[in-house]
Amino acid sequence: MAKIELNVDGKSHTIDADNDMPLLYALRDDLGLKNPKFGCGLAQCGACTVLVDGQPVRSCVTPVDSLGKSKITTLAGLSQNGVPHKVQAAFIEEQVPQCGYCMNGWVMTTVSLLATTPKPTDAQIEEAMTGLKCRCATHVSIMRAVKRAAQA
Amino acid sequence: MNQHINRRHLLSAFGALTVSVVMPGVSARAATLGLEKRPALDPKKLASYISIRQDGTAIAYFGKMDMGQGTDMGVAQMVAEELDLPVERVLVDMGDSGTSLDQGGASGSTGVSNGGVTLRNAAAEARRLMVDMAAQHLGVPAADLVVDSGIISSKSTPAKKVSYGELIGGRWFDSEVEWNGQFGNGLAVKTIAKVKDPKDYKVYGTSPRRRDVAPKIMGTGDFVTDIKVPGMLHARLVMPEIAGASPVAVDESSIKHIPGARIVWEKAFLGVVAPKEWDAVKAMRALKVTWSDAKAPFPEQKDLYSHIRNAKPVKTGGEGAFLKEPEKVADAFKGADKVIESTFEWPFQSHASMGPACAVVDYQPNGQTTLWTGSQKPHHAGYGVAAVLGLKNEQVRGIWVPGPGSYGRNDAGDAAIAAAIFSKAVGKPVRYQAMRNEGTGWGPKSPASVHTVRAGIDKDGKVIAWHFHSKSFDRLNVNSNESYPGDSLPGQLIGSPPKPNNVYGTPSNSYKFPVRHETWEVIAPMLDSGSPLRSSHLRDPLGPEIHFAHESFVDEVAFATKRDPVEFRLAHVSDQRDRDVIKAVSDKVNWQARTGARKERKGDVAFGQGIAYSTRNGTRVAVVAEVEVDMKTGKVRGKKFTVAHDCGVVINPQLLTQTIEGNVSQALSRAIHEEIKFDTKNVTSVDWETYPILDITERPLTIDVVLINRQNIPPNGAGEGSMRPIVAAMANAIFDATGVRLRQGPFTPDRLRAGLA
Repeated sequence: MAKIELNVDGKSHTIDADNDMPLLYALRDDLGLKNPKFGCGLAQCGACTVLVDGQPVRSCVTPVDSLGKSKITTLAGLSQNGVPHKVQAAFIEEQVPQCGYCMNGWVMTTVSLLATTPKPTDAQIEEAMTGLKCRCATHVSIMRAVKRAAQA
Repeated sequence: MNQHINRRHLLSAFGALTVSVVMPGVSARAATLGLEKRPALDPKKLASYISIRQDGTAIAYFGKMDMGQGTDMGVAQMVAEELDLPVERVLVDMGDSGTSLDQGGASGSTGVSNGGVTLRNAAAEARRLMVDMAAQHLGVPAADLVVDSGIISSKSTPAKKVSYGELIGGRWFDSEVEWNGQFGNGLAVKTIAKVKDPKDYKVYGTSPRRRDVAPKIMGTGDFVTDIKVPGMLHARLVMPEIAGASPVAVDESSIKHIPGARIVWEKAFLGVVAPKEWDAVKAMRALKVTWSDAKAPFPEQKDLYSHIRNAKPVKTGGEGAFLKEPEKVADAFKGADKVIESTFEWPFQSHASMGPACAVVDYQPNGQTTLWTGSQKPHHAGYGVAAVLGLKNEQVRGIWVPGPGSYGRNDAGDAAIAAAIFSKAVGKPVRYQAMRNEGTGWGPKSPASVHTVRAGIDKDGKVIAWHFHSKSFDRLNVNSNESYPGDSLPGQLIGSPPKPNNVYGTPSNSYKFPVRHETWEVIAPMLDSGSPLRSSHLRDPLGPEIHFAHESFVDEVAFATKRDPVEFRLAHVSDQRDRDVIKAVSDKVNWQARTGARKERKGDVAFGQGIAYSTRNGTRVAVVAEVEVDMKTGKVRGKKFTVAHDCGVVINPQLLTQTIEGNVSQALSRAIHEEIKFDTKNVTSVDWETYPILDITERPLTIDVVLINRQNIPPNGAGEGSMRPIVAAMANAIFDATGVRLRQGPFTPDRLRAGLA
């Protein structure tokens, strides 16, 4: 057990945890955040994605003591004063999710993609998104939303 | 500490976009919805279905739930239509046995066709009663009154008006409805009121937006995995390496270094609990268990279909006029000039929901026990929890909270029973969530099957006899109804005996042949109890595989008799609505007649197009798939799907279209990827690497939907109908591209290459 400091959505937290505990458990169980989801615990699906200094990271396999002073952003941390991030606005506009459990991964990965590639081609979107899972199979809606966000 | 209970329910109910509401528990929520003074739920009382609040908004109490296709919005529209209220003023309180009657949960695409119709009838009756009340209140005859947006006014003296809220807001309807005596999907009510004439529809056919989308995207909504109850412990199951093995010794010292970790062990049910979730995971991994010396229960995977062929059936059944006269079928085939026969094989498949299932149970033997579940059937899951805890049904409140996907009887039904067993054992609220390997590996499966189809052709090339025969594992080895613990894995582990149903199904379409015979045989499971291959319903149960066989064979017969597949279907399909979808889809793609594989090629890529059609409880769907096959690698891409869809009246075209898009894409995943793998000891498909599903790089580039809106036909249900013909259309398109007839799924590169070799 160690005292570990985490900077999440602009707030600083200190938790007691095993050094090798995955970040996901710190976010969900210690900090009570809900947006990152447990999908597989194997970095195979993306449901647990958070941004670490802007980069999408699978929190289910990221040891909690590996973050240092990095800024962690969760899905709920994207919006400002309740105003959706443009990617969220696009996903809402396109009514993308069915069950919605995977949406975290798609939205966060889109945010990261558009930060570096504001006008991505279909191939660039696919390259960024491949490997993420959506079991309800809303892929065509996801593509519409990513393109809408890129035009916003 | 606040309980973050059912927040999503509230968000959904109030259609909030970004508001973060934290309600302190069930009672506060009840107060918000005015439920604390509510009369007991009674199917004969109108108040059990609908209420009007003081602000004039209506609440419909829906004993089903929505898994993301927008069913609740469809219901809201049906209720709004009858009440002449704007849809944003209709709230749908769903999936909670404390607030709604048992309407069977999500089941068989009946959310709108049964559940919605019941609430629509209740809404019409509520409107009738309020118009009568207004007539008295205003002193004018009811015939002189009109309703607009919840305001009832006199046609002759428009100044005379009163609102729903003023008439009854905050009070409960004290009126009866004629109940048909059934609970579950069959629950229906008749009322004095007449429902609206379709020519007066204002809300049907519009596309208001779903209320759960924004909370899901903003990260402000609760999933069942997010429910927290004070004092709650986290639990994990410990499962054996060999299916069927049970623990004989457990080394408690192996987890004593983990704070607060405890063992729960009853018969073959073994698990751990801990105050912190990560500690529960660690304890699950660290626990040293000696397992019984179980015999490996399964054949080698390669022998699956010969196992099915050779197994003795435990039950037979079928459909059609010739079931009692099989000799007439035999005679018809004897009289044929030529008999064509093909056999199709389909593997076990998994719901593989996005996350492994989770449930929270707060066992209160002397008060109200609460179950929070992602199950499609929260009422029934509550009955199952009551049964396993030795409580009466009414002592358990089952509350649905969105779970990680569903698509039938997935592992959610197991999680509810597991959480209940844990909670009783430790005397505290318990949150149980499975690990990924349990979700895919140990969740229920759709049954593997073999289908043999024969057609007798006369000398003029006419089909004179048709026999479709399936041999399969039980479609309901565990019932999709979750009321009985023996229909769950943890229930079986604590000794509840399995009660297999031994049932199957037959194709659904309106082909007419002089002799049409449909039969099935169900075989016993390979492991009776506690099996990772226990079979149950997966979205459109049996639909994709039965119609893969049927519609592939229709193409085979068409080509064998030198006819075009569309022309052949139109010549043999008898129902006009069915013919209309076939016609609509073939017109939409400008179908070119053909009597064999066209094998269009560009370099290494072959292009093909195939049609299939099927019906489902009144909904009919025809689809044309367009595929590309890489002739070197054998990889198949489902590029474009054109779907003609008739489910009766269309309530919300946008949500219907997106439901169809999801079904097409999920069926494509089933068609090209999905096959549960196992070895002699256990299922080896345990994650997304070993059970791959559709990737975004493999999505259809176009899904073109043609909706046929039948305003005068009640809604038939659209949740699953478009899953059904997709696999077959893919198979027919692959044949058109390559000349290879794939009769075993899924259509992987290996199978394609083997066919091309």
